[in-house]
Amino acid sequence: MTSRPGNVNVRRLAGYRKADPGTQPEYNYPPYASTVRRSPSQPLVVLPTTLSEVTGPLFGWDRLKANDHDLTRQGNGEPIGERIIVSGRVLDGNGRPVANTLVEIWQANAAGRYPHKIDQHNAPLDPNFPGAGRTLTDEHGRYRFVTIRPGEYPWRNHYNAWRPAHIHFSLFGPAFATRLVTQMYFPGDPLMDDDPMFNSIPDERARRRMISHFDWETTIPETALGYKFDIVLRGRDETPMENYLPAR
Amino acid sequence: MHTTSSQTIGPYLHIGMTWLADENMAPEGVAGERVTVEGRMTDADGTPVNDAMIEVWQANALGKYAHPEDARDIPLDARFSGFGRVFTDADGRFRFHTIKPGDVPGADGEPQAPHLNITIFMRGLLKHLITRMYFPGDVHDADAVLRRVPAHRRATLIAREGAPGKLEWNVVLQGDNETVFFEY
Repeated sequence: MTSRPGNVNVRRLAGYRKADPGTQPEYNYPPYASTVRRSPSQPLVVLPTTLSEVTGPLFGWDRLKANDHDLTRQGNGEPIGERIIVSGRVLDGNGRPVANTLVEIWQANAAGRYPHKIDQHNAPLDPNFPGAGRTLTDEHGRYRFVTIRPGEYPWRNHYNAWRPAHIHFSLFGPAFATRLVTQMYFPGDPLMDDDPMFNSIPDERARRRMISHFDWETTIPETALGYKFDIVLRGRDETPMENYLPAR
Repeated sequence: MHTTSSQTIGPYLHIGMTWLADENMAPEGVAGERVTVEGRMTDADGTPVNDAMIEVWQANALGKYAHPEDARDIPLDARFSGFGRVFTDADGRFRFHTIKPGDVPGADGEPQAPHLNITIFMRGLLKHLITRMYFPGDVHDADAVLRRVPAHRRATLIAREGAPGKLEWNVVLQGDNETVFFEY
């Protein structure tokens, strides 16, 4: 047994709560064909709460460049498309802001084309739109991106399949346990009804929470429409399990 | 508050994710036993997965995580963040260079066998996979996490010795020798 000083005092760690039923997708979801051969078939093994789960990588401003949050200023000129402001808050499951956490986004250009070698969609590339950005949340958990509204695009999942307009989001939060990759959708997009990815979430209210809201407050006159998208990371119990009192 | 639903990282992940990718997690000067982990990722048909992202999170050589939650009085290594991000190539292969972590306490305070915490993202995964990689030659029978894993599947989590300084660890998403995946 190790008797290193750091290991002598056992500190019980508060754990992270499971998601509410129906709010997360299953691995195997046949309407999204690629899941069928890539999803685990064996039962998952439940990890206990250890330092490995409640710690995770933290990133600072030193990793970012000044315009990383502005996807309209990464080329030599302005990208084609409708400028938008995408902003919101990153909260933990207890409603508290998650400060100083990395938010990474990427998206198609206004024509629905990604500057990626495997994207063969016959729509124009935009040399002024690399399509990726990143920022950190502030002390109130707020983030803000300037970008252009992404176009819808076809994919080969089923006959006449089209992805609704979306922006990919990647977040770390405070711990290995809070890692989240998701997609933000736009209000009123008729393609959401038939999109297997959007509909992989069984709970209707959870699906709706992936849709951003048009927002006058963040709309800049004569410049850009504002969309708000709040993200909630997994919540943590307030106290370790041993002291946990069941709800009455 | 309801946790935001997970969605797939999709096929164009590289556009947003490459800037933070680095095969070398342990630059010169980082203390610890250097290892290169190499492997191949395959799906249920044995087809190489050519569009996956693997993220690694680990403690330093003394078993300390670079994170405020790890409040133990153990030194950090200023050049070692403990984080790595790599992609699989056209043949499903991946590789990263790091150091073997020290042991970190488990839920009962007993040391866990040294391990890397791994997340895997790809087109076709609506939410990421969570797994661990353990090191050959360590005592694994007493590890509280490995004891939760059916004995005949534990080997999928333990890397094999390769050439000197190299470890081989493959990921099988589904089927025979399916890698053990965790939930938390």
